[in-house]
Amino acid sequence: MHFPAEQLLNLYRLAPEVVLCVFGMLIMVLDPLVEAANKQVLGWLGFAGALAALAAVRLMANDPGPAYSRLIVADPFSIFVHVVTIGAAALAILGSLNYLDSEGIQRGEYYSLVLFATAGMGILAGANELVTAFIGLEMSSISTYILAGFRRRALESNEASLKYFLLGSFATAFFLYGIAMVYGAAGSTKIDDVQAFLESWQAANGTPSALAMLGLGLMFVGLGFKVVAAPFQIYAPDVYQGAPSPVTALLASAPKAATFAVMLRIFCVAFGGSAHYWFWAIAVSAVLTMFIGNLAALVQTNVKRMLAYSSIAHAGYILVALAASTSAGVAAVLFYLAAYVLMKVGAFLVVTHLGQQGEKRLEIRDYAGLGMKQPLLAASFSLFLLSLLGLPATGGFLGKFFAFQAALYLRDPRFVWLVVIAALNSVIGAYYYLRVIIVMYFSEPSGDYVQTAVAPALSLALVLAAAGTLYLGLFPARVLILAKAAADSLSLR
Amino acid sequence: MQTQPSLLTVVTFLPLLSVAALLLLRADDHLWIRRIALAASLAEFVVSLFLLRGFDAAESHYQFEEVHEWIGQAIHYHMGVDGISLFLVLLTTFLTPLAVVCSWRSIHENVQGFFISLLVLETGLIGVFVSLDLFLFFVFWEAMLIPMYFIIGMWGHEHRIYAAVKFILYTMFGSILMLVAILWLFNLTGTFDLQDIQAKLQAGIVSLAPVTELLLFGAFFLAFAIKVPLFPFHTWLPVAHTEAPTAGSVILAGVMLKLGTYGMLRFCLPLFPDAAHRMAPLIGVLAIIGIVYGALVATVQHDLKRLVAYTSVSHLGFVVLGIFAFSTVSIEGAIYQMLNHGVTTGALFLGVGMLYDRRHTHEIKEFGGLATPMPVLMSFFLFISLSSLALPPLNGFIGEFLVLIGTFEHHPIWASWAASGAVLSAIYLLWAYQRVALGEIRVDANRTLPDATTRERAILLSMAIMILFMGIASPLFTKRMEVSTNSVLHQMERARNAWRSAPVEPAGKPTVVLPRPAAARITDRWVP
Repeated sequence: MHFPAEQLLNLYRLAPEVVLCVFGMLIMVLDPLVEAANKQVLGWLGFAGALAALAAVRLMANDPGPAYSRLIVADPFSIFVHVVTIGAAALAILGSLNYLDSEGIQRGEYYSLVLFATAGMGILAGANELVTAFIGLEMSSISTYILAGFRRRALESNEASLKYFLLGSFATAFFLYGIAMVYGAAGSTKIDDVQAFLESWQAANGTPSALAMLGLGLMFVGLGFKVVAAPFQIYAPDVYQGAPSPVTALLASAPKAATFAVMLRIFCVAFGGSAHYWFWAIAVSAVLTMFIGNLAALVQTNVKRMLAYSSIAHAGYILVALAASTSAGVAAVLFYLAAYVLMKVGAFLVVTHLGQQGEKRLEIRDYAGLGMKQPLLAASFSLFLLSLLGLPATGGFLGKFFAFQAALYLRDPRFVWLVVIAALNSVIGAYYYLRVIIVMYFSEPSGDYVQTAVAPALSLALVLAAAGTLYLGLFPARVLILAKAAADSLSLR
Repeated sequence: MQTQPSLLTVVTFLPLLSVAALLLLRADDHLWIRRIALAASLAEFVVSLFLLRGFDAAESHYQFEEVHEWIGQAIHYHMGVDGISLFLVLLTTFLTPLAVVCSWRSIHENVQGFFISLLVLETGLIGVFVSLDLFLFFVFWEAMLIPMYFIIGMWGHEHRIYAAVKFILYTMFGSILMLVAILWLFNLTGTFDLQDIQAKLQAGIVSLAPVTELLLFGAFFLAFAIKVPLFPFHTWLPVAHTEAPTAGSVILAGVMLKLGTYGMLRFCLPLFPDAAHRMAPLIGVLAIIGIVYGALVATVQHDLKRLVAYTSVSHLGFVVLGIFAFSTVSIEGAIYQMLNHGVTTGALFLGVGMLYDRRHTHEIKEFGGLATPMPVLMSFFLFISLSSLALPPLNGFIGEFLVLIGTFEHHPIWASWAASGAVLSAIYLLWAYQRVALGEIRVDANRTLPDATTRERAILLSMAIMILFMGIASPLFTKRMEVSTNSVLHQMERARNAWRSAPVEPAGKPTVVLPRPAAARITDRWVP
């Protein structure tokens, strides 16, 4: 503590995480003091924590720069990802408030865990050093392992938690092993040092360091698991289906965004000079991911499972833009993530509400006649589905549009193929998204359908997500400028 | 170039605005929902007539232009009309009120949703015709699918869901590759603006390698050919038509199919003239197959609505043939035929819909001798059929005739094959009319059918007047198209010359695209 000013600056650049953790601990402390009937207050406190963290991000944006000897950087890139992940967490909290009541599992630690997970994602977003990234990854993962099993009495929730935990820790071990390899090669785990090392190595030897590339491959296993890229996607449908619906909303959105952020830093910045060498790994994974996600989603009858496969497919589209490894590509990934988070959280929150107590109504046929019974809910769900499908005037379309554009911009036949495959995949996707809309609007409601009013908190979340989806679809310029600025703040090669 | 809000924005978004009015009404207030929908669509038609008044027939540029920045500097809100799109916009605004009226009684479930879909659809269709920015065009092109999807899927007949899904998947499959092509064009030219792209291609600033041009042409053409639909991409059409409610069929046949032929004229020809010339023989043959095949299949239909649907395959074949014969006369004929087909086939579907409202069937064998109980309706039916089979001096004659003469200039063999389609159309339409209207009444239920109501007479009369007017007063239309038609052909010539004089690519490794032009010219323009 010799230089308090510098220490303060460090804290300042870590402000969102500090705020999130403080609120998380506050909720834990207050939990025993709050009566069981009033536990929802803790949820609102968690929401306030997320909002406060967003305010902290705004503060952080005033004075960007590195912190803690460059372990963390608060650059526009990190700020953009912070807003995306914290926003997703805030929406998920809003969607959880009434869900937990109806499931009888309203507890303070739920919200604490969501905030801790979000803090971990914030660290991932700002990590400029691989072990720091690993800490962020673990922090967000361990919290979400517990969250996935939060419906303790439901068998599928336990299964989801255990599966996620076992496979997840296995995957993060790969990540750690990869870091060790990179350290062995480069003698440092800082992103910029690794970049400098790889460049000088490549200048001297012509090819990239084999040890570092091996490390990159191992890291891809860990990160690919988190973003649900094939062939590491096996766990996702089971986990997403079994986890409590609002947790699935969180799982499918924020951690993915944060992990993509760290992937961008590792692949496009640290290993940006060897893009030519890792391209095929990402391209093959992207093609597999898209096909597996879309084709498997075609035959699902469970909405949650279908949306799980759909989020696998979306990881594939994002990988296409990532493979471009250019400033435009990074900007496209970031824009895509913003749109993706909104529509995915929105869709899963609708599922949360319609599942009703005990998550009984999750089959597509349970949605029959929803368009007539609850027109607004059906309209917002349709909006999210159409955005996932990529229909113009929604954020999802522009996400794909910019991703494809960034890939084609390289004028490389390999990318042309990749984009054509991605484009055709989005038509396959049209079938299963439209199928839900068909059932909602074109089928007669089934007899035992119980109509339930949408709680105010959930309505707020849905309105925010829907408005965001439309805003990104119609007036994307502002967010695009931010994404572009974020991409430019990385030192890409 | 005008940047203030122009009439086109009003014309495009007025229907969408009236949707807001519909949403304010209670969902079970059917009468007022219908009335407001009708008032909105009529107001829209009146407003669109001002376009006609302000249109300068001698001007070869786009008129009523409006440009605003939208996303970064590359994507603009750019609208304008020329002699080609003007009448297609008017066709849309003319048919929509009729579609509203014909759904007055026949739609009784979720009435609000139906009229909202219809008005949103109108905005989408007009938007496609007036967009001069490829991105804006694509947004309208895709967005209009959703209301049509709902119209078929919610208010259609028995197999409506199958039809709706087939319709939307076919179209999306076509358009997604067009999106890739649009992005590719952007990468080459740095803009989405149609005029800028054309200018760059014609001036030789950007030249496309033959393979690239062919691929881009193919991506655009496939999207449009599915929409037209050109043989062999037509299989979605009979299903969609048969299952759609009357209003859906009217708009689908009347306007939506024209989007395909319009797209060929607006994009495929001026942007990729060389590929268009190279592919013309193949496309001409497909068009002729469509003409003859559509006519033959229509002849053997026992479902009246399906029969009318197949006539579209045949008639749109004429349009495609006219476009790819590349002469002023044939292209003018093709545009005129687009309008005719919109009015005539729209009217045929309206007539079929009226029969369906009475008997709830489309089976021809269920009818017969209908002229006795329904003289007025059947007379109109005959009149419309005669227009469809191109009897002079009705509108259908002018279009087909112009296409045939124009085609004959360069391709006498094509013209003679196509002429056989005109003969076949007389066979299937008159035979159908005979089986429906003439002879003995075979089914008892037909004896007491009521004749056309006042509402129906109003619809049929306005259609009949339009048919006659377009037949007699065709110069009023063609003189406004001529300049634009010539300018399309001019652009093609200029672009072809530019391509010929462009430097030849170095031999060696075949590249899919040209070498990257100087960085200064193509900058990343997403963000100002």
